[in-house]
Parts: sequence; structure tokens; C-alpha cells
Amino acid sequence: MTANIPVLVILLPLCSALPCLALTKVNRHLGNAVVKIACLGSFVLSVIQLTEVVKNGPIHYAIGNYAVPYGIELVIDSLNAVLLVAFSLIGILTLIFAGNFGDRKRPMMIAAANAEIALLITGLLGMTSTGDVFNLYVFLEITSLSAYCLISLGGSRGVVSAYRYMLVGTIAATFYLLGIGILYGATGTLNMGDMAKILNEGGHDNAMLVAMCFLIPAFGIKMALFPFHGWQPSAYAHAEPGSRPLITGVMGKVPALAMFRFFFCIYGTDFRFVRLSLILLGVFSVIGMLYGSIMAMGQSDIRKILAYSSVAQIGYISLGFAIGTPISLAGAFLHMLGHAFMKGGLFFCTGAIRYKYGTADIDNFGRIYKKMPLTCGLLVIASLSMIGIPPTVGFFSKWYLALGAAGRHEWIYIAVLVISSLLNAVYFFKLIEKVFIRQSAGLKERWKSEEFELPVSIILPVVVCFLAILGLGLFNVRIIDILLMTLEGVGL
Amino acid sequence: MMNYLTALELRPLYAVLVSLIASGLIYVLGEHIRPNAREGITLTAAVLKIIIVYSMIPAVLAGTEIRLELFSIVKGVSFAFNVDAAGMVFACVASTLWILTSIYSIGYMRGHGEQNQTGYYAAFAMCLCAATGLCFAANLITFFIFFEVLTVATYPLVVHYRDAEGTMSGRKYLAYTLISGQIFFAGIVIVYAVTGTMEFTPGGFIKPDMMPMPWMLLVFFMMVGAGMVKAGVMPLHSWLPAAMVAPTPVSALLHAVAVVKAGAFCTLRVVLYVFGPEAAKACKGAEILAWMAVFTIIVSSFIAMRKYNLKARLAFSTVGQLSYIVLGICILTPYSTAGALYHIVAHAFMKITLFMAAGAIFVTTHKKDIREMVGIGRRMPYTMIAFTAASIGIAGFPFFVGFVSKANIIMGAVAMGKPVFVATLIASALLALTYLMPVVLVAFKKNVDNPEFEKYGEAAPAMLVPLIITAVISIILGVFPNAGLHLFDLAVMAGNQIFMPYM
Amino acid sequence: MMTTIDAFLAAKGIYLLTLLLLSLGVAGVIVCNNYMKKLICMNVMQVAVIFFFLCLGQKDPGTIPVAMNEAVKAAEYINPLPHGLMLTAIVVSLGTTGVGLSLLLRIKEKYGTIEEDDLLKKQAQQARRDKKRRELHHPGDDE
Repeated sequence: MTANIPVLVILLPLCSALPCLALTKVNRHLGNAVVKIACLGSFVLSVIQLTEVVKNGPIHYAIGNYAVPYGIELVIDSLNAVLLVAFSLIGILTLIFAGNFGDRKRPMMIAAANAEIALLITGLLGMTSTGDVFNLYVFLEITSLSAYCLISLGGSRGVVSAYRYMLVGTIAATFYLLGIGILYGATGTLNMGDMAKILNEGGHDNAMLVAMCFLIPAFGIKMALFPFHGWQPSAYAHAEPGSRPLITGVMGKVPALAMFRFFFCIYGTDFRFVRLSLILLGVFSVIGMLYGSIMAMGQSDIRKILAYSSVAQIGYISLGFAIGTPISLAGAFLHMLGHAFMKGGLFFCTGAIRYKYGTADIDNFGRIYKKMPLTCGLLVIASLSMIGIPPTVGFFSKWYLALGAAGRHEWIYIAVLVISSLLNAVYFFKLIEKVFIRQSAGLKERWKSEEFELPVSIILPVVVCFLAILGLGLFNVRIIDILLMTLEGVGL
Repeated sequence: MMNYLTALELRPLYAVLVSLIASGLIYVLGEHIRPNAREGITLTAAVLKIIIVYSMIPAVLAGTEIRLELFSIVKGVSFAFNVDAAGMVFACVASTLWILTSIYSIGYMRGHGEQNQTGYYAAFAMCLCAATGLCFAANLITFFIFFEVLTVATYPLVVHYRDAEGTMSGRKYLAYTLISGQIFFAGIVIVYAVTGTMEFTPGGFIKPDMMPMPWMLLVFFMMVGAGMVKAGVMPLHSWLPAAMVAPTPVSALLHAVAVVKAGAFCTLRVVLYVFGPEAAKACKGAEILAWMAVFTIIVSSFIAMRKYNLKARLAFSTVGQLSYIVLGICILTPYSTAGALYHIVAHAFMKITLFMAAGAIFVTTHKKDIREMVGIGRRMPYTMIAFTAASIGIAGFPFFVGFVSKANIIMGAVAMGKPVFVATLIASALLALTYLMPVVLVAFKKNVDNPEFEKYGEAAPAMLVPLIITAVISIILGVFPNAGLHLFDLAVMAGNQIFMPYM
Repeated sequence: MMTTIDAFLAAKGIYLLTLLLLSLGVAGVIVCNNYMKKLICMNVMQVAVIFFFLCLGQKDPGTIPVAMNEAVKAAEYINPLPHGLMLTAIVVSLGTTGVGLSLLLRIKEKYGTIEEDDLLKKQAQQARRDKKRRELHHPGDDE
């Protein structure tokens, strides 16, 4: 049992997603309960797995016991073990949260959304764990297809956004396939470790460069990295409301992990064009950080604000890659974790407000803190974390990024980090101003007040995100130590 | 060396936590319990904090520093407290004044029927938590954490009234403090990358040869900038008068206790504990900053004369007085450093008296304009006598607390052979008289019994008693600078520690 | 001179063709105004990659990788792995096309058009309507 944990983490949500609809036919609560239990199991197993990895080092799991360069391998090192815990936690929180949305008279629709969320979780966890480049493609497509469906469930705009995302996303997937095709042609293997070994023997520089030209846009599109972010704001803003925290919090991060694997684990720093590609990535990140924040300032729909802010925040992560030292990479991964909870948390808040008042326009948010103190507490903490005010996690990831930049004498990156924080401050304090200062818009509650201002299934994710943002901040050194177990020696 | 933690070793942590917990309790329970119980939390926390802080004085006076390393906050650096003489001075002031301002706040807020009192008390406690934390912070990152918490916690106080004016002031406040804070952050990163340490060391840990000079100067101002903004050194002062829209106890807190003093204290830590006299002198940073302070002292006095809103006048007086501290730090002698530290104490007690008096007048008569206060001294004699005492103190008359600090700063300036600084300090004392005395004269104007004021008397005891106490303290400390808490000894000690390696 | 080009074309020309096909597909997805055409171009693009992989696995004297009774040396089989991979890719492509078609149906149902220009116009109208409704103090129930 314990030996099979890596695959069970992925399989549990997958196996629960398919019978969900059938079980809902039997009993309207049964299907959803099964999905939730499976994802909870996946979360618990990933926690066990993390402790194993921290104690005994990386786990290599060959699916179906096929010998490694031929069969599919799951590689769980300290890096993705941590990410798996965070992502599956957000997954289960999203499932708990999503039950409150959708038409209550149509249980099949709710069940369908839950099944899609479970499939999305499968894809994301699979992409995080896999050690095989083609298997990554398969999980990427599972993720994408379920994301298209979830986005299309968000009303008529959602359908159009989903269609557009599908076109762009398919281009990305095709490019990815082409990239790995070129690498496969050069090396004859699909296993990441094996491929890295062969590529490092040298002599494949041209093939690697061509593959890189396809891989950067592929991951760029999936991450919504500037300038490939065009699909993202409307897709994030119009997705099915219950699933938004997962889509916005996790979906952009996993391709970033894949990008890291290609840049630093497979290509390695001996690659002739590594500095050039890192500079290119750095330019994309810097422009993205500034552009995302500036665009976010102009929006009045909170979902759009947060979506554009994601463009900026993904820039932080890729900036960490572009700096490329172990400490900045650790910072990038800390930001990945932190931002998953911040953005997820902000969308939990948005969802909570929508649930109660049915609005997402920040001009209507006047003084809702009186009615929803807990939600607004998270809203403030998550906003401060986005800006990077200590002691939240956003500050510490920024610290490691800046420290890495200073170590490589990239002063411009430090300046950009400062400017970007200030731009974030502009629109997040605008939001805080609306919530705390503006006159009340006199909104009517759609549901009558319940015990903790909202149903427990909404308030629980809010509280967990709140604690995660502060906890990851105060005890970041523990996380950084775990991350550095893998990252030490990687990068420049 | 293994350092076993005992309950007493954790005192710096308690001092910080007590206000943090109070703040949390007030925020969560505030709306559900009676106001008396809510204010009870504040007062209990304030008393506990005073006991904790005072209990550490003997150890610090004896020359031992209470050091406490809790856990690593970022890789390679711990979240650490170190109670030294300089931090102790500020902590004593902050904790002493918290209890007085709390009592005063209760009188003011109820007397004035303010809204949003729960948030007010919670943010207030949070500010004090941050202020204590940055007194005791042992390294730059711990310091920065509390510094930013202070920035954010002050924001709700500035926008307390939730009106258009308050919102604009809040934005201005945030713009100044966040920008300077982020630049401070970048400075810390660079210093850490260059030196590999962040521990505050008396006399500094940056050696003049660590960076090329123009870059050193840039980093110096990146770091000092945050302190300059909070301390209101011109041209970075304009948030301070704007923040005047807040309720008077907030102004008292902003201008006398937590925020501006945190700025001055930040300057102290950066100039003397990070850069150190040698590097600060070598890169010319100290000198430039000193001249900016001189400019501020003179110009702010002139601006203050032209302000007829009492609180605005006091605000510009604050801008000037804070620059005394900055100037004292930048003269780089033990005397002036001790003087500057002691001026934190002196100015806190004098300015808080002035603000409390202004608030008392406002709550009682709803007058803000000095020209409308004719004859008010006869109706509110104790308030106005306290005001007069504090005004004379600000001007630096002997036997008032302002004299002790200013004399030491001047001594430092003389020792360094800076006649312009000496002249500035003396001239500004006269200028202070010219803008504060008219208030007193108007209030006590002879033979005028303004009928408008007949129905008014002294303010409620909750407001009157604290302001009389602070006025009395500022006279006692003027005569016996070491009375009670040995604050002057602490200030001198801090000065000597810093300049020990250079003597 | 000609011979080098000929030799190149003979050896790698097929890759040029797949590249051409891919470019056509990508260009179509970006340029076409009609969503149905975009979907078709998307398929063209995917097919190009499938060709690419199949070409990778091809070799000249090679036979299909099926174990037969008479002994064939392993070196004489063409590489079966790309075929296996492309089987998966075809399934994925089928799934994507299915999702795409059903989304198209929904778009047609909701907006009555699948031309991008018309759709953008209708969305702008919808946004104006929403704004008006919000101004009339009926916040709520946006999508």
C-alpha cells in the first residue's frame, strides 16, 4: 500500500470522477460525497508521501513495474512532494466550496462540475508527479479538457472564453508535442532523467534550441505568462464560480513546474543557450509583472482584477527561474505555494461575497466587512501578501527572489520587484478601501445569515487559506529547507 | 553556547505579544462585549506591557542585553530580539504613553461619540505591538517586519472617519510609507547580499571599503529613506500634516509616540547600528542628512507660524522636532546621540501633552482654529497650563525636559565644530516660541471673557488627568533627567556603546 | 549545388511538409473569423504533429512492428513507439474536437452566431446592458 502512494494520489480523484455521475443518479449526495472522500484521501496520502520523501529522499515509482526508460515513471522529489500537498489541499477545499454553487434543483449539473473538478485535480497532480515527458502531455490534456469544461459552465461568456482558451491551449499542447518530438528524435527516450543524461553528453545543442523555441510558448501559454496570457483574464473571470479557486490558484503553476523541469533538470545549465533563454524569460517576466498590475488597476470587476494580477504574479515565478540560482528558484517555488493560497483564497472570498450578495463589482463592496468580518480578514491578509508585506508569505518569496537577484548582481530585477509590489499595492489598497471605507451599497443578502456569517463549507476554505498564508510566511524556512533538498546544485 | 529559555528570557516576546493578543481580542470580541469590557482589555494589556518593559530596565542598566532568538525567519537569519539601551528608551516611552493615551482615548472617543471604536482600539494596540517589536528587534529583517506592520496598522487609524478627506490622507500616507518601505526592503537585500549579516551592531557592521562610494551613498539613502518618511524629514513630510484628519488621540499617537518616533528610531538604527559612524561619514550620507534636517527645522517652524489650525501647527512643530533627533544622530558624537535618544523621550511627553490639550479643547468647545480660542484659558485653566508648560519645554527652556536633550545635541555639534548646526538649534528654540506662545497668549488674553465659552469647563477627567500627568512628567524629567526609569543613563549608555570603538 | 538541396529534400523534405502543414494550421486558428474554421484548422495543426512523429519512427528498409512467425531482426522493424504515442495523441485530439464542437453548439445557441466579429459585437451589447442594469441598482446575478 505505502509503496503505491505516488500513483494512488493521482488515481483516487480519477477513479472517483467517473462514477460520480452514475452515483448521483442513485442518490443526489452520494456522488459528491465519493468525490470529496477520494480527494481527501489523495490529500492525506500526499502528506504521508511528503514525510516519506523528507525522511528517505526521492521516490521513483515505475507504473506497472515496466523497467524505467521504457515504462512511465513517477518521480517524487522534495520539490513536487510539497507542491502536491498544497495543490491537493486546494483541490479538496475547492470541492468543499463548489457544492454551494450551481442550480440546486439540478443535481446532475452540480455532480458534473464536481466530476470535472476531480478530473482537473487528477491532471494537475499527474503533471506535478510525472517523470515522463509524454505522460506530462497526457496529463496536460486531461487538465486542459476539464478546464475547458469548467470554464464553459460559467454562463454564456464562459462558453466563449472556454472556446478561445481551447484554441490557444491546443496550440500550446501541439507545440509541446512538437518540442518533445524533436527531443525524442535526438535522444530516443521519453524519460526525463534519461533524456537529461543523454542531452548532457553534448552535441544536441541545435535540436535543443529548436525544441526550446516550441517549449517556451507552449508553457508560456499554459502558465499565462506575458505575452502569451491573452486567453487568461476572461477565462479566469468567467469560469464556473465554484471551481475558480482551483483554476486560478493552481492551473497556472503546474506548467511552470514543467517549465522548470525542462529548463533546469533536463536541459541543465551546460546548455549553450541557457543564458540567452534565461534573459528572454526575464524580459517576459518583467514586462508581465508590470503589465499585469497596470491592467489590473483599470478593472472594476474583482474577478478581472485578480485575473490580471495573476499575469503579474506568474511573472514573479518565472522571474525566479530567470534569475536561476538555487535561492531564487526556492523563492519561485515558495511563491508558487504562497500564490496558490493567496489567489485561491481571494477567489474563495470573491465566491463568498457572490454567494451572499450576488455581486462581483467592487463598487458594490462598501462596508461589507461589517457583515463578513472573517472573509474580509482573509481578503486583507491575502492582499497584503500579494503586495509583499511581512509576515505573510508574499514577503518572504519576494525576499528570496531579491536575494537571488542580488547574488547575481541583477539589480534591475530588484528594482522591478519593488515597483511591482507598489503597483500591486495600488489596486489591492483600492480593494481594501472599497471594502472598509466606501459607503455601503445597501446590498440584500440572498441567503439569510447563518451561524458563521456563511455556511461552514465556505468559511472552512477561507480560514484554511488564511492560516496557510500566515503559516507559510512565518515558517518559510522549513519549506525552503525542504525545497533546497532538491534545488541545491540545480541552476546557476 | 546553549541558551536555555526561561520564562524571564522571553520577556521581549511577551512585551510584543501582549498588545498583539489584545488587538486580536478586541477585533474579534469588540462588537459582542460591552465597551467597558473592550476598553478593559486595552488597559489590562497596557498595564501588563508597562510591567514587562520596566522589569527589563535593571538588567539593561547593568550592561547585560537580553537576547532572544526564536526561530529562523528567513534562511540564515533568526527572528530575534535584543533589548539594548537604545531600544529600551523607545520601548519605555511607547509603553508609558500607551496607557496614558488609552485613558485619554476613552474620554475622547466617548466624549465625541465616535464611530468604529472597535477597529480603532484594535489598530491602536497593533501599532503598539509593532512599535515595541521594532524597539527590541535584533536584526534588520525583524525590524523591517515590525516596521511594515506598523505602516499597515496605522492606515485604519488615519482613515478613521471614512470620509473623502480621510481617504485621500490615507492614500497619501500609504504612498509615502509603502514606497519608502519597499525601497528600504531593496536596501536590506543589498546590504545582506554584500555583508552577509543583518545583526544590529553598535557602531555598525558595514565597513567603508565594502562598496564603492556612490553606491554606498545610494544604499544609505535607500535605507534611511524609510526612516526619513516616517520621521517627516523634508521634503518627505507632507503625509504627516495630511494625517491630521484623524481623531486627536490618533494624531497624538502618530505624532508623539509610535509612528514618527519609529521613523527616528529607524534612522538611528540604520545610521549608527548598520552603517556606523565610519561608513556613514565616509559616504557623506550623514552630512547630507544633517543638512536636510537643518533645512527641515528652520522651514517647518516658518510654516507652523502660518497655520491657524491648532493641530496643523502642532504637526509642523512635530516635523521640526523630529529633525532634531535626525540631526543629533547625524552629528555622530556620543553626546549628540544621547541627546537625540533623549529627545525621543522629551518630545514624546511634550508633544503628547500639546495634542491632548488640543483634543480636550476640541471635544469641549469644538474649536480648531487658534484665533477662535480667545480667553479659553480661563475656562480650562489646567489644560492650558499644561499646554504652556509643554510649549516652553519644546522651546528648550532649562528645567524643562526639552533642555536636556537639546543641550546635549548642541554639545555634540560644538564638539564636532559645526557652528551652523549650533546656530540652527538655538534659532529654532526661538522660532518654537514664536509659534507656540501666541496660542498661550490668546488663551489667557487679559480682560476678555469670551461669553461663548461660559458654558464650558474643563474636559472630562479621563482626558484631563493624562495630560496633566504628561506635563508633570515633562517637568520632572527636565529637572531630574534620570528620575524613575534612568532614561538619561540609558541614552548615554547607548551613545557610549556606539562610539566605544572610535574613542 | 542542386544535389545538396536534393539530398536534403530527400532526407528531410518530409519535415518541411509537416512544418508547412503546422504553419497553415496555426495561421488558420489565428486568422479565421469563423469559429468552425478555426476548429478545422486546429485539427490540421494536430495532424501535422502526428505526421511529424510518424516520420520520426519511419525508416527505409523497415517493416511493421508486428511479431511474425519467421524470424525478423529487431533492427528491421520500424520504431513502434511514435505510433503508440500518436494513438494517444489522436484520442486527445478527438476529445478536444468533441469538446470544441459542443462548445460551438452552445455558442450558437446563446449568441446565434459563430462569426467572431458578430460575437464580439453581441458581447459588447451584453456588457452595456449589464452596466445599465447595475446602474439601476440591481446588483447581482451576473454570470
